[in-house]
Amino acid sequence: MQRIGVFICWCGSNIAATVDVKRLAEAIASEPNVVYSADYQYMCSENGQQLIKKAIKEHNLTGVVIGSCSPRMHEATFRKAAAAAGLNPYMVEVANIREQCSWIHKDIEEATEKALILVRTAIAKVRLNAPLKEGESPVTKRALVIGGGIAGIQAALDIADAGFNVDIVEKNATIGGRMAQLDKTFPTLDCSACILTPKMVDCAQHENIDIISYSEVEDVKGFVGNFSVKIRKKARFVDETKCTGCKVCMEKCPSKKGLNAFNMNLNNRPAIYIPFAQAIPNVAVIDPEQCLKLKTGKCGICQKFCGVGAINYEMKDEFIEREYGAIVVATGFKPIELTNFGEYGYAENKDVITSLELERLMNAAGPTNGVLLRPSDNEHPKVITFIQCVGSRDVSGCGKPYCSKICCMYTAKHAMLIREKYPDTEVHVFYIDVRTPGKNYDEFYRRAAEQYGVDYIKGMVGKVYNENGKLMVQGSDLLNNEQIVIPSDLVVLATAIEPEPSVRKIATLLTASIDTNNFLNESHPKLRPVESPTAGVYLAGVCQGPKDIPETVSQASACAAKVIGLLVKDSLKTNACIASPNENMCNGCSQCANVCAYGAITYVDKEFRLGGGKTEVRRVASVNPAVCQGCGACTVTCPSGAMDLAGFSSKQIMSEVEAICKR
Amino acid sequence: MDFKEELALLNRISGTDAKKCMKCGKCSGRCPAYHEMDVKPHQFVSYLVSGKLEKLLSSKAIYSCLSCMACVERCPRGVAPANVIEAVRQSVIRKQEGNAIKAEDIPPIITEEIPQQLLVSAYRKYNK
Ligand SMILES: Cc1cc2nc3c(=O)[nH]c(=O)nc-3n(C[C@H](O)[C@H](O)[C@H](O)COP(=O)(O)OP(=O)(O)OC[C@H]3O[C@@H](n4cnc5c(N)ncnc54)[C@H](O)[C@@H]3O)c2cc1C
Ligand code: SF4
Ligand code: SF4
Ligand code: SF4
Ligand code: SF4
Repeated sequence: MQRIGVFICWCGSNIAATVDVKRLAEAIASEPNVVYSADYQYMCSENGQQLIKKAIKEHNLTGVVIGSCSPRMHEATFRKAAAAAGLNPYMVEVANIREQCSWIHKDIEEATEKALILVRTAIAKVRLNAPLKEGESPVTKRALVIGGGIAGIQAALDIADAGFNVDIVEKNATIGGRMAQLDKTFPTLDCSACILTPKMVDCAQHENIDIISYSEVEDVKGFVGNFSVKIRKKARFVDETKCTGCKVCMEKCPSKKGLNAFNMNLNNRPAIYIPFAQAIPNVAVIDPEQCLKLKTGKCGICQKFCGVGAINYEMKDEFIEREYGAIVVATGFKPIELTNFGEYGYAENKDVITSLELERLMNAAGPTNGVLLRPSDNEHPKVITFIQCVGSRDVSGCGKPYCSKICCMYTAKHAMLIREKYPDTEVHVFYIDVRTPGKNYDEFYRRAAEQYGVDYIKGMVGKVYNENGKLMVQGSDLLNNEQIVIPSDLVVLATAIEPEPSVRKIATLLTASIDTNNFLNESHPKLRPVESPTAGVYLAGVCQGPKDIPETVSQASACAAKVIGLLVKDSLKTNACIASPNENMCNGCSQCANVCAYGAITYVDKEFRLGGGKTEVRRVASVNPAVCQGCGACTVTCPSGAMDLAGFSSKQIMSEVEAICKR
Repeated sequence: MDFKEELALLNRISGTDAKKCMKCGKCSGRCPAYHEMDVKPHQFVSYLVSGKLEKLLSSKAIYSCLSCMACVERCPRGVAPANVIEAVRQSVIRKQEGNAIKAEDIPPIITEEIPQQLLVSAYRKYNK
């Protein structure tokens, strides 16, 4: 027999003004199993908690019901108080007579009656409560960062500085990401490489960081604190431990017509190459699609010239398996393909380029050594027209419905830099809106217009066509209510960005949720912005949503703080209210695993005794207590009624419903 | 028909949701008949949203729109300015009665290049 104590809180006048708390406490006293009933002005106060503790001891209470505010507010407070008095904290239930009663009713009679029903309901549940205990699972003190852009680099550095080991898995031959391709960066216009490469070097030299480049995550098992990850190290055909980065091979390689992806395919590179001068690791890689030796068996020149014998044409993909406590996803973005936007003539005209291509054309280490020359004839463009929002804010199905967020700012940057370096150049910008919120951002954009004389035209471009070698940009000038044509030498498209497509595979492996645009979902858009709903998985950078470098770095550091908070723990308390199947009823149908958003359910073959010495092997569900979040989706899905949730069993819920219905 | 009904009718005939327009002007940036129009493609959409019925119904541009559908093709928000123009055209012409082109007048003026859509709207536009 349960001995239940009921405590009615006034919440000052919040409850007491609408609910007759005295009458409520008296009426409840005569409920079956209730051995003690009291009311108090503030149950959550020190004195209120003392009252609960005292009653538990003096009346040997086995269950406690508090009629008060929402359990979201103070359930933890009351459970702690009960635990301090030696009662299992899961024997405490809260009846919400504030948000669900006093705040939404005016009539005292009605509200008091409803409060009575709510408290009775909680009593009905407590009668069936059983003591529960959180489980424990150990924490592997090593973090995995997927993606070595500025987001991954910053997160790794912060975690490593706190004393934990971090591996960065980067799919390219070097870390650095998109930021390595940029020329100067808004809002301060400092050189991108100058602020990025020191951080890349820090990563390489940090004793706690292991850079696993030219690699991809192949498989992920386990759960928060205990991930087991299989990594494919792609064959780079160059021994990382031997190559000194001398680049002799690059000079000697006869197959020089590979597209240089780092330079946005604006020039060529040899089949064996180091992506850029400050690459980390500074180690060559062979493109197997282009290497003559690998394709035809003839050549082998680089091997002959390599002074340290680093080149190995026999190299195969390798697999590494490692354990991690936490995983940071930082897979970044790419500009969208422009195949759906024929109106801008990108495919036909060499001098219609994307903004990222312009970054390379302006970069001192780029294909033109930083001299702005147009791709078709290497002439200085005299009239340059920028088009913003290309493929962004597009719900027609051709582009992306969202604002890419960075392009207004980088277009102002580009326009300004060009006017600064080449004052004889005319610069026009077609825009729909200029969106520059942020510290010193709008000021930055206005400087482009006011100080640098960049011509901002409100309106969108309808088409770009080539007339006698001039790019005719025809568009709206809405403020002047005109249709205008600007004969231009270079057209720059501020192209929408999208998440790097391989993030889909990563999300599947991690059971991390992803939105319709392939951006990873955060656990709560405001209050848990750097955590995935999947425990132990954290999000940094553009993979979570469009953002610039300052925002990316902030998010990465926030991510690191969360990871460190996890890795300092030796073990994790697991949720006590978890699902488990009645194995005698489970028929292994798989429906529960299909609805579990956290991937907590697997199936095992188990031997059952049938009586008479016979046994049978059946497939039954098995819930991983460290992963289950207690959401209950499986319990309502199970067609055999085998799955049940501790603390919220079907019996308990039904008894609550009965208590509500009974008059 | 009162003002509200007529506006609702225009919205309905056009079959497009003008409120989706984000006022980018791409339709007017693309329109080949732009210079012939007193009311521009984006203005048709914008007048419909703000209920400027008079301006719509008095526009001469309904006769210069080529029904080439370039504006519809290019609109990033899935709005169809040409359909709004067509809706206005219908409204105006229905009121004028007896204003439709005769079927037998069409064949002599057809060429390969003429879009089908134009032919259809030509029935409503010309009165020879
Ligand atoms: C034209 C242009 C100009 C810009 N100018 C500025 C500016 O001036 N100032 C500013 O603040 N911001 C600017 N930005 C924005 C800036 O580039 C981004 O904010 C920043 O690069 C985001 O970093 P990230 O690490 O999230 O992504 P990324 O830089 O994309 O890095 C992601 C990394 O993850 C790797 N990766 C991807 N998928 C996988 C996988 N499956 N497995 C392993 N590794 C993977 C990638 O290879 C890459 O190295 C500009 C952007 C563009 C397009
Ligand atoms: S592979 Fe050999 S030749 Fe090529 S960069 Fe490395 S050390 Fe130099
Ligand atoms: S940031 Fe500016 S250019 Fe980019 S999509 Fe948004 S509004 Fe358009
Ligand atoms: S359909 Fe009419 S309004 Fe639209 S682009 Fe063609 S001519 Fe212009
Ligand atoms: S193109 Fe579409 S969104 Fe842009 S102004 Fe025209 S109707 Fe509006």
